[in-house]
Amino acid sequence: MNKMARVKKEKKTPWQRFCAWVNGDAQEKSLLPAEPPKLKKKKAVKPQQKKAAAPKKEWMGLTRFDHIYRVCAVFIGVVIVTVLMITVVQLPLFGSPDNPADNEVVERYVEDGLKETGAVNMVAGMILDYRAFDTFGESSVLFLAVTCVTMLLMRDRNNTDKDEDLLTAREHIVEGHEEDIILIQIAKLIIPCVLVYGIYVVLNGHLSPGGGFSGGTIMGSALILFAVSFGMIRMSRFFSYSTFRKITSSALMVYAASKAYSFFTGANHLESHIPLGTPGAILSSGLILVLDICVGIVVACTMYGFYALFTKGEL
Amino acid sequence: MENLLINHYEVAAVILFGIGFLNLLLQNNLVKKVIGFGIMDNAVYLFLASQGYIEGRLAPILVGETARAADYINPIPAGLVLTGIVVSVSVTAFSLALIQRLYQKYKTVNFDEIVQLARQKGDE
Repeated sequence: MNKMARVKKEKKTPWQRFCAWVNGDAQEKSLLPAEPPKLKKKKAVKPQQKKAAAPKKEWMGLTRFDHIYRVCAVFIGVVIVTVLMITVVQLPLFGSPDNPADNEVVERYVEDGLKETGAVNMVAGMILDYRAFDTFGESSVLFLAVTCVTMLLMRDRNNTDKDEDLLTAREHIVEGHEEDIILIQIAKLIIPCVLVYGIYVVLNGHLSPGGGFSGGTIMGSALILFAVSFGMIRMSRFFSYSTFRKITSSALMVYAASKAYSFFTGANHLESHIPLGTPGAILSSGLILVLDICVGIVVACTMYGFYALFTKGEL
Repeated sequence: MENLLINHYEVAAVILFGIGFLNLLLQNNLVKKVIGFGIMDNAVYLFLASQGYIEGRLAPILVGETARAADYINPIPAGLVLTGIVVSVSVTAFSLALIQRLYQKYKTVNFDEIVQLARQKGDE
């Protein structure tokens, strides 16, 4: 098989090339042959040697198992797509007003939402008032994810050995010496604008498209840009691991406390002392603004945390 | 068959779902498996978002004093998609972190090779 393939390698049809690409053959790096074929010949030597070193197509001596697995996988995939296609044929038509998903729940949300939540943006009113517990779960999931990633990737004495410590020390030295002037100047110009825009999106979450998740992501990207251009050492002067922990957990606590208050008053038919304000003003819609800010902080910290942990393994 | 043309967003979502699913099953590279998973996620979001749309209505950001349900599209799928995006970001980050740890231990991201190496270590 292998010899045949090697002989025919130069005259591959697009389909064979596609098959090789799907199979993950090292020779087929891209679908389209960008390089001239002569260069490919030279390159093809190395990956084949690597393959000989690690025979991976055998699984417990069963060479055929791989083929059967692939055929079964394609079969299952095709069956799933066919079943889903049949379902799509039966679905209500796209954009039709008598779609069964457009039922009394939506009517209630849209018609009474402004009175009950005070939010002009109905999606924000829905996810942060009617379904605020669900959003609290989402923020907790993000917090949990960043905690797990910290456990897995944080470079402390449990996770590293001497070689890696040396590597990290060298990286620090290189980072201290090399400063990209163009990047730093542009970053000085851009970072404030991005941060302010993120804060704007968070604060206007109940008035316009946006909210805690999208605004938090924008603020997180500003933090990432700062870390890229000024280096981790300067970043850690105002955003260290302990600040990260304090900010994130206190934001989650504030969320939990304020929502507990509104659950308590709402469930017991007590009067909530938080005014809803006039619709359309920034300071309106009760607790939604507070919750948006909390979610924004959690999301921004999480985004930056993912970046820092995956690149350097430290916060 | 006509329904398939009108529901072309849903059709695209189903095809994307199939592509992501096959990617998940057929790729040996763990990072590519995660990419397949992401494609599946996005197919589900496309499907949900297309279910909420209603021809000729406004986005659910209320205009004026009294709101009529017949003027606005369905806001619920937007909230569901938001939940989905958050969860998929978390899952992707967690699985990539696990893959990075596997790479540190076995120096490869190929699933078969990792299984083989783990089995060899178990035999010793």
